[in-house]
Amino acid sequence: MSISRKEVEHIALLARLELSDDEIRRYADQLSAILDHVAALQELETEHIPPTSSVLPLRSGLREDEPLPGLATDRALQNAPDSEKNQFRVPPVLD
Amino acid sequence: MAADFKTFTVEELLAGLRKGSFSSYEVTSYFLDRIKALEGKVHAFLSLDPEGALKQAKLADTALAAGRDGKKTDLPPLLGLPIAVKDVLCVDGFPCTCGSLILEGFKPPFNATAVQHLLDAGVVIVGKTNMDEFAMGSSTENSAYGSTHNPWNLEHVPGGSSGGSAAAVAAHMIPAALATDTGGSVRQPCSFCGVTGIKPTYGRVSRYGLIAYGSSLDTVGVITNRARDVETILRVMAGFDPRDATTSDLPVFEPQDVEGDLTGLRVGLPMEYFIEGIQPAVETAVKEAVKLLEAHGAQVLQVSLPHTRYALPVYYLIAPAEASANLARFDGVRYGLRVEDESLIPMYLKTRGKGFGEEVKRRIMLGTYALSAGYYDAYYGQAQKVRTLIKQDFEKAFEFVDVIAAPIAPTTAFKLGQHTDDPLAMYLEDVFTLPANLAGVPGLAFPVGFDDHELPIGMQLMGPQFSEAVLFKTASVYQKFTDFHTRMPAGIL
Repeated sequence: MSISRKEVEHIALLARLELSDDEIRRYADQLSAILDHVAALQELETEHIPPTSSVLPLRSGLREDEPLPGLATDRALQNAPDSEKNQFRVPPVLD
Repeated sequence: MAADFKTFTVEELLAGLRKGSFSSYEVTSYFLDRIKALEGKVHAFLSLDPEGALKQAKLADTALAAGRDGKKTDLPPLLGLPIAVKDVLCVDGFPCTCGSLILEGFKPPFNATAVQHLLDAGVVIVGKTNMDEFAMGSSTENSAYGSTHNPWNLEHVPGGSSGGSAAAVAAHMIPAALATDTGGSVRQPCSFCGVTGIKPTYGRVSRYGLIAYGSSLDTVGVITNRARDVETILRVMAGFDPRDATTSDLPVFEPQDVEGDLTGLRVGLPMEYFIEGIQPAVETAVKEAVKLLEAHGAQVLQVSLPHTRYALPVYYLIAPAEASANLARFDGVRYGLRVEDESLIPMYLKTRGKGFGEEVKRRIMLGTYALSAGYYDAYYGQAQKVRTLIKQDFEKAFEFVDVIAAPIAPTTAFKLGQHTDDPLAMYLEDVFTLPANLAGVPGLAFPVGFDDHELPIGMQLMGPQFSEAVLFKTASVYQKFTDFHTRMPAGIL
């Protein structure tokens, strides 16, 4: 299994990662090697095997809808790189 | 002169504090002094708060004195005990970096539930321990803040990802340290550093406040120098948490008597864990340890876990897939690093490109690929199905045996830098620890020998889900008749 440079660039964009040329080259090689290794899974017949998404028996995670105190605004904002008027501030979304 | 607290078990420290033989201030000062003396060589810590710790210790001493005077009853069980916390668990008042540049300076505004339970029980938190970035790694070399060194040989890795916690306990810089295990991150560093630690059943301890890596695999555990002490602390951390819907509402287990022998205990040896490539000293030590269990009444049986060899490919699809989703939250908006740009998407790209290290980016890329359109069924979907087969292997084996004894890592601690250029070789370090995470079963790691280079060898006991009490009993009987867990890395001390 070989991953092309173009595929690496596409995945990096999906994952919102800016990669250097060197990283793109390295990840193309390494991801190809790792995917070769995981290809071993294809040899198993699993048509009638259910997938495991949780190892514990499923049960409802719902609780009574009671209002509880939340995080105070100043505490929620204490780590923000930028904030204004009690809100997180981000660069423009549209050009 | 204060007593030499490094030779004390947690049980002895707690008893002495209770009786007034010594104070929490003395014990905490003693370990802070050891940290000061050894940190330059070991680099087990990412942050320390000596002043805050001593203040907490004094408060504990006041409560302990009130308890002795009869003014206060029901003292909390861990009152005055200094501990450290892996830097992936949120502790209010401490930074939480996860070993990553992207969280440099982040100060969580709340405590993880496991941490809160321990604080309620009276512990004194002295600092946060080093780790592979976001718990991704098997050597602690992926920390953005420098590698931790193995106290038994400073040129070797301590294992990972909880290398800081394991090394700090091994060097007796702290009596106990919290750690986490997603694919072996408690057990493998315990093996490399000669200490005792538990990866509990998935759902035994709340994950609230644990910065997520692989949410269906992540567990919170603890490392000390003795099985009975690990058990005491785990029992405080465990239990249902309304803030983590995957926690179990089963009652927390009771410790079992270790005065008796192991008659009636069936120990399984899985043939798939004794493979070509395993260091002979590791195989010998594990088999000797099992013989000792047999000499004390246990019955030893061969078992088979036929899908063991698929655990590695399953794990390296599921964990990165979950990580790629979990780590999407680090976007330069609410916390951590932001690399400025004039518009939003380039800000995301630059922040994440600069803030994450090489291994974290590799796993995000791998996970994003495995989840992307056209590949989902072939990779992630198939991995989830094979995960079922691995879980069924354990269920079948536990029809015949009560615990499974196995090596933790194929080798003893390798040298710093040995695997850093070959990610796949590093992943292969995890072959014996991944299955327990995929099946959600508990694993207890403890030392069972040393190789020719005086590097520790560990063994793990795995049991059915929620069978921790049996694992602790078995290891405690073993530790009654052996002294591997009391040996200290003399070279640096």
